[in-house]
Amino acid sequence: MEEALDDPCRNGALIRFHDVTKIYPLLGGDVTALEEVSLDIGEGDFVAIMGPSGSGKSTLLNLMGCLDTPTSGDLCIKGRNLRAMSDEELTSLRRDHIGFIFQQFNLLPLLTAFENVQYPIILKTGVRGGEARCREVLDAMDLDESLFSHKPSELSGGQQQRVAIARALVNDPEILLADEPTGNLDSKTGSAIMNLLDELNVQKRKTIIMVTHDPAIARYAKRTIRIVDGKIAVEE
Amino acid sequence: MLFLELSARNVRLHWLRSLLAVLGIIIGVVTIVSMGILGNSLVLAISDSLSSVGDSIIVTPHSGGVGFGGGGAGTAPESISDRQVDEIRRAVAPDVTIPVYSGSSRMIIGGEDAVGVIYGLDPDDIPVLLEIEEGTFLRGSSSAMVGARFAEQNDIKVGSRISVGDKGALRVVGILKERGMGFDINPDYGIVVDSRWFEQSYSPDGYDLVIVKVRDLNQINDVKAAIERQLNRRDTIVDVIDTKAVLETILTAFGQISTFTTAIGGISLIVAGVSILNIMLMSVTERIKEIGVLRSIGTQKHEVRRMFLYEALILGLIGSSIGGVLSIIGGYAVSMVMLQTTQYLFVPSSLIHILYGIAFGIGTSLISGFYQAWKPSNLNPIEALRHE
Repeated sequence: MEEALDDPCRNGALIRFHDVTKIYPLLGGDVTALEEVSLDIGEGDFVAIMGPSGSGKSTLLNLMGCLDTPTSGDLCIKGRNLRAMSDEELTSLRRDHIGFIFQQFNLLPLLTAFENVQYPIILKTGVRGGEARCREVLDAMDLDESLFSHKPSELSGGQQQRVAIARALVNDPEILLADEPTGNLDSKTGSAIMNLLDELNVQKRKTIIMVTHDPAIARYAKRTIRIVDGKIAVEE
Repeated sequence: MLFLELSARNVRLHWLRSLLAVLGIIIGVVTIVSMGILGNSLVLAISDSLSSVGDSIIVTPHSGGVGFGGGGAGTAPESISDRQVDEIRRAVAPDVTIPVYSGSSRMIIGGEDAVGVIYGLDPDDIPVLLEIEEGTFLRGSSSAMVGARFAEQNDIKVGSRISVGDKGALRVVGILKERGMGFDINPDYGIVVDSRWFEQSYSPDGYDLVIVKVRDLNQINDVKAAIERQLNRRDTIVDVIDTKAVLETILTAFGQISTFTTAIGGISLIVAGVSILNIMLMSVTERIKEIGVLRSIGTQKHEVRRMFLYEALILGLIGSSIGGVLSIIGGYAVSMVMLQTTQYLFVPSSLIHILYGIAFGIGTSLISGFYQAWKPSNLNPIEALRHE
């Protein structure tokens, strides 16, 4: 009875996994992607998640990104238990507090670079505005102003990823989730992008959680979590 | 606003696909409107030729027993007597009662032979029933008025002389306005003479029919019942026909034809709807990954739905508007081909079909859009993001 009253979300961590299990029901039998994972991530952390394919890295990231909910256990983000939240609330949490950076950049093809960055502001406020803020984040990403009006298909991979990071940052979220952010970039552009993320972590105190295969990239992080078969194997 | 703009950009980006969808809607709207206009014009054309007799009750000698032999047939009179006319007059007062003699005869007009119908009417009743196109109403018992078609066919003018069999000659004093097909009398193909001349020439036993003009159409059933009560108390002496009911039956039948033609148009609009459905399906399938991105960066389900609905709405609005304009041409063509006239095209009851068509077109687009918008909004964002 006392345990039930003890709220697992009240320990001050920005992100908290408490005995989280994620099972995907499939026709050929259930697949356990994560098994009783417990993990705390604090404000200003920079965490690299590593592990072989199918180990559960992406599931972990998707759960943190409120794109999915645990099968059992508690997942808390900013002190709120995801289990008690509706789809609309989860979407709003994503929009206002979490920024996504994808391996494939995933910019909206119909919008220009500038409009892609502006999109989350419009989603949040309901009106077209925040031009100054868009310029500020795009400038911080070292993107030339002449490229603002270009469509994603007219930009290089590195330029697209800068726009994608600007988009992730524009609503000033506390958490940045990056899924192989340099996976589609050459090593030079990759390290430039990683320096940008590092700066964001150090100077703006953004909490960054990054999935990667590359140990060189993982070295930018303060913590590295290795996952094997849905369980945390090592934490460095 | 942003979602509307995104939808508009998507429509523009896939312009060929959008064009095909719009074309489908245009064809659907034009068909449904043209068919609607055709049906309506048909009803209007029919009711135009019948409407003048919609306010009458026609009393004719009962024909029930004829042909079956036996006692019944013997009692049925072949005409309506003066006494019966007076009874009708009393029963329907203050509505006007018009007794009519009718027959047909061979006539000689300007040396040419012709056969036509002859109606004998009291000169005072004629203006109630008929309108003059040229000349005057009857003046003197040996004058005659001629129906428009009969005059045209036999080249009869005011002042012409008509010899009716061996009954003597009549002078034409007036040409009647064309009246159209009626249930009472059809003077378009005959002549109208003074009832006194008819009596002197043919010595009829009684009148062939009695027309009662009902002033208040709501009373038509009561008036009909009053006549039946008066004359058919014991036996059925006369048949009483209410032309309004006959007219309504005919108009209902043509109304059904009109509905049928519109339904044919409706089928083509359903086909257009399916084509929008197909195009939206392609649009959704192509953009699954994009939907995943939209959802992952915080777009609500209802916002995704709105984006796809706007897309269908844009296609529907463009297609329906163009279709609406083109359907005037379609309606014109169909009216010309089927009815050889376009006089029923620019009347409110025809033009309203354009509004119906546009509304139907937009509605069909929205329904197919709504179905398709529902699906992407409920996609799992993770699976959508993985979609290639």
